[in-house]
Amino acid sequence: MAQTSDSLKKRKKDLTFWQKIYIPEIAKGLALTFKNMIRPKFTMEYPEEKFIPPPSYRGRPVLVLEETGEERCVACGLCSRVCPALAIEVQAAETEREKERYPQKFEINMLRCIFCGLCEEVCPEEAIVMSKDYELAFTNREDAIYGKDKLLTPVSQLKDRIEFLRKYK
Amino acid sequence: MPKIIIDGNEIEFKQGQTIIEAAKDHGIEIPHFCWHPKLSVSGNCRMCLVEVEKMPKLVIACATVASEGMVVHTQSPKTIAARNAVMEFLLINHPLDCPICDEAGECKLQDYAYQHSIGESRFVEEKVHKDKRVKIGPRVMFDAERCISCSRCIRFCDEIAKDSELTFTRRGDRVTITTFPGEELDNPYSMNVVDICPVGALTNADFRFKARVWDMSHTNSICIGCSRGCNIEIWVRNNEILRLTPRHNEDVNSYWMCDHGRLNTFKFVNSETRVNSPHIRKEGQLIRVSWDEAFAEAASRLRTFGKDQIAVIGSAYATCEDNYLVSKFAKNILGTGNLDFIRHIDYSFADDILRKEDLTPNSLGAELMGVKPLKNGLNVEEIIKSIKEGKIKALYLIEDDILTADPEIETYLAKLELLIVHAANFNQSTNFADIVFPAATYAEKNGTFINFQGRLQRIRPAVATIEVDRALEGMALSRLDKFGTKFDRWAQGKHFDARATWKILTSLSNAFGSRWKYKMAEDVFDEMVSSIPELKGLNYDIIGDLGVQLKLEKVNVV
Ligand code: SF4
Ligand code: SF4
Ligand code: SF4
Ligand code: SF4
Ligand code: FES
Repeated sequence: MAQTSDSLKKRKKDLTFWQKIYIPEIAKGLALTFKNMIRPKFTMEYPEEKFIPPPSYRGRPVLVLEETGEERCVACGLCSRVCPALAIEVQAAETEREKERYPQKFEINMLRCIFCGLCEEVCPEEAIVMSKDYELAFTNREDAIYGKDKLLTPVSQLKDRIEFLRKYK
Repeated sequence: MPKIIIDGNEIEFKQGQTIIEAAKDHGIEIPHFCWHPKLSVSGNCRMCLVEVEKMPKLVIACATVASEGMVVHTQSPKTIAARNAVMEFLLINHPLDCPICDEAGECKLQDYAYQHSIGESRFVEEKVHKDKRVKIGPRVMFDAERCISCSRCIRFCDEIAKDSELTFTRRGDRVTITTFPGEELDNPYSMNVVDICPVGALTNADFRFKARVWDMSHTNSICIGCSRGCNIEIWVRNNEILRLTPRHNEDVNSYWMCDHGRLNTFKFVNSETRVNSPHIRKEGQLIRVSWDEAFAEAASRLRTFGKDQIAVIGSAYATCEDNYLVSKFAKNILGTGNLDFIRHIDYSFADDILRKEDLTPNSLGAELMGVKPLKNGLNVEEIIKSIKEGKIKALYLIEDDILTADPEIETYLAKLELLIVHAANFNQSTNFADIVFPAATYAEKNGTFINFQGRLQRIRPAVATIEVDRALEGMALSRLDKFGTKFDRWAQGKHFDARATWKILTSLSNAFGSRWKYKMAEDVFDEMVSSIPELKGLNYDIIGDLGVQLKLEKVNVV
């Protein structure tokens, strides 16, 4: 604090004549204003225009749906265990598939999720990844619980993120 | 006593003990897969290798008998290297299955891989593939790829279940477990192999994939399948019992329990047939009513009968606390001596391992609590006879089904003027009841049972009811219980409106104008201690997790 007032004092004393009469400084300021008025616009007109995040972005977690129409998830429950917000509920059950376990129920409570990405990091099957979806609005608590219907996302739509993970994880 | 030195600690051992046993008695765990305290030594996994001074090579602690002056190192560089080598060897053909394996979280191989393995494998070849999902018996699934060939399951069948069903076949990395031709793993104790299998090779067909171990709470309790009273743990997630496992008690059940107890004694707790809140029969239908209405109705109707017209039947399924108040209620409130309980004896169930012919957990307890006919009072057979003759007009039936004692009584039950039943689930007797009180099950209350040996053992609530709150009552909490809110679907498990029999009787007696002040099962127990000489000096803490042996005059009700 003391330092700031010292430098202020110093500056006041050091002002030149032109600075003291003020007008050139106003002109300089206005020049900057006009320059920015004619510069190309930076604002994005959301929601008419959508922001497409880079692959490193952590939108809502989704489950990977293979081309065969089956989920990758084997319901190991690790994401549910690691989730610091206890957002994930998994109920496993038995299947005839090669990996004998699948999620009969998989729910993420988007009111709990904090988009930390730990579920994605811990998953041994690369079955849950962070998507680019950030549009989450609910009018009641029940709607915020996403089941398999909302979570399963075709792997083709998640290529970006999966490549990013393989490169950097 | 002779002494050996393990890692610099001088410890005493009993002559004949192996190094691993001596270490275990002093709280030193030597890693092991194939050794089990109750099975013979097979010495095939080599995980327990330790260095013993003056011995040329490492020795296996499970098969080396301790001798005076032995100096054992369990943490020396040589042992650590050997352990790591054994782990690497076992993991060569072990599939990377943990995500889909039910054992994950309670797997010895998984734990040891963290503790005793450097976590690197030099094996780049294709792993050997074997059969997965083999139904090796009606209640057990086998995954050959996960098996580490420790032979615990084989030895269990041979030595404990006394029914040799399993054996090894093939050799080297192809070795696997199989049943003998024409046999199945179906002995009455078969599911214990699931507990002792150190990996997820043998899994419980009933529990498979239902829940992760770390999502469940576990509560120490007692099996109600027979009068052995095996010590168990009740595993609960979202207020639902998912499995029972045996709990070690050398005086009762050792490490084991039977399949009947494990599978058939918990499903009724969360079943559709549970009585939820009190019911009164109105115009032929049982209608849900409030507790107060049920107490008032029961008291006012019971008052209209003479002492000799009423009979009370206690229950060997109910706790000592329950039965103590049943007896007190019959004698002091109703003033009747027609008091007894129904025996459930099946000699075909008994064996000389654990199972007993008495299919209830607490016959001795019911008897010791005074649930027996008073002088001139009627016993069960006489009560049934008097009901048929129309002499008994009102029956108060606690936690049992009188039709199991005599199916012919059905036609006469309808003729009773008043039938009050405490029941956890609707049964044949509640079909005729005028008032039904919903009884808390053994998994929802505190209390004690006395097993066939006269051993007093405690049960504790594992499942919450509407009035017994999990956190407030100090019940076991899983991680999910701790942090769940009423908005989380995984914390909204069913809670029944049921109360322990002792509690129902306390309220009912007070509706008769008495002043019973029991707030907890422990209050009832404390009164029992002061009035029953056999219980002198006991309290819940003394009984603890393993129970206490009582000195009873007669140790067989049958
Ligand atoms: S960690 Fe992956 S495989 Fe396991 S339950 Fe979660 S999404 Fe499924
Ligand atoms: S992103 Fe984080 S908070 Fe959200 S579900 Fe995954 S682990 Fe839980
Ligand atoms: S099935 Fe389990 S208990 Fe039996 S030999 Fe294999 S690892 Fe051991
Ligand atoms: S022996 Fe009896 S008490 Fe033990 S598990 Fe079997 S039924 Fe239950
Ligand atoms: S425990 Fe000693 S060899 Fe297996």
